[in-house]
Amino acid sequence: MTQNLFQRVIIIVLAAGLLIYPLILPGAFFRDIGVTFLLVAISASAWNIVGGYAGQVSVGHSMFYGLGAYTPVLFYTLWGWPPLAGIPFGILLSIGLALVIGTPTFRLTGHYFSMATIAVAELIRIFTGTWDLVGAAIGLQGPATARGWWDLTFRGELPYYYIFLGVLVVLLVTTAAIERRRFGFYLRAIKASERAARSLGVPVRQTKIKALALSAAFTSIAGSLYVVKTGFIDPDSGFGILISVQMVIVAALGGAGTLFGPLVGALILVPLQTATNSWFGGGGTGLTYILYGGIIVLIARFEPGGLFEMWQRVAPKFWNRAHAA
Amino acid sequence: MVVVQVMVGGLLLGAIYALFSSGLTLIWGMMNFINFAHGEFVMLGMYVALLVVTWLGGGPAVFGIAAAFALFVLGVGIYMSLIREVIRGPMLAQILSTFGLALLLRYTAFFIFSANFVSLPKTSLSGTIMIGGLFLPIAQLVAGIVAIVLTISLHLLLTRTTAGSKLLAVAEDRAAAMLMGIRPDRMQALAWGLSAGAAGIAGALMATAYPWSPSVGETFGLIAFVVVALGGFGSVLGSLYAGLIIGLIQAASAFWLGAIYKDIVVYALFVALLWFRPQGLMGKA
Repeated sequence: MTQNLFQRVIIIVLAAGLLIYPLILPGAFFRDIGVTFLLVAISASAWNIVGGYAGQVSVGHSMFYGLGAYTPVLFYTLWGWPPLAGIPFGILLSIGLALVIGTPTFRLTGHYFSMATIAVAELIRIFTGTWDLVGAAIGLQGPATARGWWDLTFRGELPYYYIFLGVLVVLLVTTAAIERRRFGFYLRAIKASERAARSLGVPVRQTKIKALALSAAFTSIAGSLYVVKTGFIDPDSGFGILISVQMVIVAALGGAGTLFGPLVGALILVPLQTATNSWFGGGGTGLTYILYGGIIVLIARFEPGGLFEMWQRVAPKFWNRAHAA
Repeated sequence: MVVVQVMVGGLLLGAIYALFSSGLTLIWGMMNFINFAHGEFVMLGMYVALLVVTWLGGGPAVFGIAAAFALFVLGVGIYMSLIREVIRGPMLAQILSTFGLALLLRYTAFFIFSANFVSLPKTSLSGTIMIGGLFLPIAQLVAGIVAIVLTISLHLLLTRTTAGSKLLAVAEDRAAAMLMGIRPDRMQALAWGLSAGAAGIAGALMATAYPWSPSVGETFGLIAFVVVALGGFGSVLGSLYAGLIIGLIQAASAFWLGAIYKDIVVYALFVALLWFRPQGLMGKA
């Protein structure tokens, strides 16, 4: 068994595990963790397209997440539309926003781009909190009881789990396809050196905007999934800076710019978060972020490539030693 | 008269913005690096002031210097243990490092001090005075004036002293500075100390006049971005003007539009700035 085959086996085992997870652990507690894991993995993978592959570190992705979360419930509140019908509009709005903010902010690079995205997301968050149409600081509520399946309001966690899993698979397949295409090479070239990429004829601006739009579309879907599951949205849970920060942390912990990095990050952070919350009760939220902060600092200091890169560095040595013996 | 009163209040607060923002701009100018934890340094300065007052019971001069010193040490420590390494790493690591630090400091403060708003007990600066028909809290007046003096001192330190010339030399060309016998590492550690120290004393000054909670760091961090973007990255004098302008704009929008809009106006200005003039008002293109 070669190392490559070994990795493929791991992936198949993980995929099978995800598929049957809610059936072997049927308790509501475990299903809730499973759904949360999928949601976190989806948003981090969506961020990964522009933040990981293209190396444009957005810390304001909550703007797309919030748009995706607000649009379906807003249309429901205003005109009684089922959330399913509102989701595509959330995606369109997010892509529109990506185009609008991408054009000027992509002239900025590095830290400057991160600052700009934070400011835009904060601006939208505060503005949402003062706008009565979208419920101001109180927020909006989705349908309480389902009028049909298209309301995406289910009693148990199981339907959500498989819907989320389906979205994650679509996102990963899309990312894997990008990885192999010219577009994926463009992204990595831009990450390595924008100037060099441009000199080799990569359409830098255009590529970055495309990546941001694609990333925004999937982030918006993640927001929509969040709102159909919880049935409720307010400015902080939609546009809050911690939403954006979580995407960055999860992707960076696993390995930003790798296909499965965000999954690995979510696999570690979600159970950790659940554990600190249940051990320390309500005060645990603060503790979770202390832990998050500590983990990011350590990752930045010692393993900037994330756990996935560490594994790729360590595993071959380990493998060779096992074979030599 | 009310308008003048509001504007003076805005200018005095703006002076403190200018002081802590000059710390952020110093680091940016030195090493093209944005410290996302800078607002948290201000917040820590406030709590250092509170602890010194409640435990040791010093006056404003004592806790101001204590906050500056404590944050100076913290800044140097953070540079030595974290920043010096990540600056050589990828962009993502650089951004993550201070972001993680911000989360760590903010939520540790929540954990220790709780989310409640606190303010300093009565100090010698309590009370108000009347100048030319304006009622001014003494604490605000003193804090604002001291902040302006300190910001100008920092500017003079950078432009008129040997240490300042060394700092600027390292910022200009690290390798050339090294050939001149300057140790870039030491200078950058000094810059981090000065930057955090400025934030710390700004926090202590602000603590004399305004109540706060651990979450203020986030707001101050964003305000520092806006001030630096307006004043031009790397320009201490620019951040002095920009801080005063931002203070004025905040006061004016709170007065005419309502208190909740004061941050919206400031952030909108920031976004507009990044759009139309990314190098800042005073910055070089």
